[in-house]
Amino acid sequence: MKRLGPRVEQKVAQAGLWTMTLVTVGVLLFIIFFILRRGLPVLSLEFLTANPADMGKSGGIFSTIVGTVALSFLAILIAAPLGVGTAIYLTEYTWGGPLTRVIRFGAECLAGIPSIIFGLFGFILFVTKLKFGWSILSGGLTMAFMLLPTIIRTSEEAIKSVPPAYRTVSFSLGSTKWQTVTRVVLPSALPGIVTGIVLSVGRSIGETAATIFTAGSALRMPTSIFSSTRPMSVHFYILAREGISMSNAYGTAAVLIIAILGINILTYYLMNRFIRKYS
Amino acid sequence: MAMKTKKRGKNRLERNDRLVRLALLVIAFSAVSVLLVITVFIVQQGTPIMFKYGLKSFLAGGNWYPSEKVFGLWPMIVGSLFVTAGALVIGVPFGLACAIVLTEFSSKNVRRVIKPIVELLAGIPSVVYGFMGVIILVPFIRQTFGGPGLSVLAASIVLGIMILPTIISISVDSLQAVPPSYREGSIALGATRWQTVKMVLFPAARSGIIASIILGMGRAIGETMATIMIAGNAAEIPRSLLAPVRTLTSNIALEMSYATGEHREALFATGVILFIIIMVLNTVANATSSRRRRQP
Repeated sequence: MKRLGPRVEQKVAQAGLWTMTLVTVGVLLFIIFFILRRGLPVLSLEFLTANPADMGKSGGIFSTIVGTVALSFLAILIAAPLGVGTAIYLTEYTWGGPLTRVIRFGAECLAGIPSIIFGLFGFILFVTKLKFGWSILSGGLTMAFMLLPTIIRTSEEAIKSVPPAYRTVSFSLGSTKWQTVTRVVLPSALPGIVTGIVLSVGRSIGETAATIFTAGSALRMPTSIFSSTRPMSVHFYILAREGISMSNAYGTAAVLIIAILGINILTYYLMNRFIRKYS
Repeated sequence: MAMKTKKRGKNRLERNDRLVRLALLVIAFSAVSVLLVITVFIVQQGTPIMFKYGLKSFLAGGNWYPSEKVFGLWPMIVGSLFVTAGALVIGVPFGLACAIVLTEFSSKNVRRVIKPIVELLAGIPSVVYGFMGVIILVPFIRQTFGGPGLSVLAASIVLGIMILPTIISISVDSLQAVPPSYREGSIALGATRWQTVKMVLFPAARSGIIASIILGMGRAIGETMATIMIAGNAAEIPRSLLAPVRTLTSNIALEMSYATGEHREALFATGVILFIIIMVLNTVANATSSRRRRQP
């Protein structure tokens, strides 16, 4: 076989790589358009505000929206302070060393653990051992643990990107470390931190494997954090897998996709503003 | 007098500072302690039964009949490996192609469009991927190649798409971390862009790219909801690409809702094995990427 000249090879490679990239982009756009095309006609105010009836065969998805929001809210409420606190410690209070390495390794490992393992763990600890039962509390705690690494990593990056000069000036004015952190560093890093939190809300909305074993799948409207609930993702899974109602499944999926799209656009917007501020 | 109060005020602030420092240290260990607690609980629930029935029969046993207390995980281990290998075959070339295009072959404006799209790919819930697989891919495979459609092939393709964001984002990072002088030097010597990528950038970014593939592998092995929907879930070793397969994750998720007693413990044992595989992959990925950090 004759070897291709470098110019020809360049053309071939470029064409090949671009084709593959466009296929990837195409797959994603196809998924979104497919779900929206079949799901949007199902959506109506009634679908969003009525509770599911007849195991989800008819009625809307209101209680599952409430379930999703409750789970995500509780998870963020727990994970955000822990995650941001860890990030502050890692960036402002230590300078490398074995301790930092252990903490960072822990966070990285936690990020790689599959959601089904979190589900098993949450089931054994929160549902059975601590007797919270299948509930928003068990689900929210489990999910908080899953979100922790994302929040740590994004907050760390946000705090690191605050120019060191800000700190130097603050110290030179006689502030203590903590004053510097709360009054100078955190306000400057806030948009970046918020971006990370919004990003993890997005992740929590789509989570299924961990919640199904910890929050249960009750369709009733939850009344307290001890009620079992079925978030949208689980509802969609059950509707589709058991073939209960395809049109309602598409409707639920469309709501999920729209929520995720919205969150991604929001994070992108926040991120760009944050980056523009420091470059 | 005034001096004294001022000094006391300063002392109070310093004491607060030390308290805050201590509190933050405790918080900073939250991730590590969560990891430890998870490890302890999973291992404690899952290992006794493994030793009761013998490690060998547990890991190498070919049959899984939980109602008759026959717990052989070999088909699921093989299943997970097949599906993951398939996902890499699909995901690695496409992921690396995207990463190269994003860093080397596109203008800033094009990048501004493609990058958020790739990030969006990561945000789509796994149930939606699984659902798309069932609706589009499975019937297509059934009609074109025969077999049940729910198969190793279907699962590999869907997982291959799902690991793209992991591979792309980490590879992009490591390609961008290559010093610009390498690129400039190569172009100045008359190399084409592709030659530069092939001969300079790829070798320089190798460890980061390998880490991205390992982490993608971890995602594919750990994925549950999509696999459960499209892999067919038969607890036997698949004879072909078109045969149904059950992975370790599916094994847990399928039976957890009704399992009791030893059956439940066996599912936790499945979790232990999955956990070990993931931790090994994490450690390897961590080691490769930190080696890169040490020698830029």
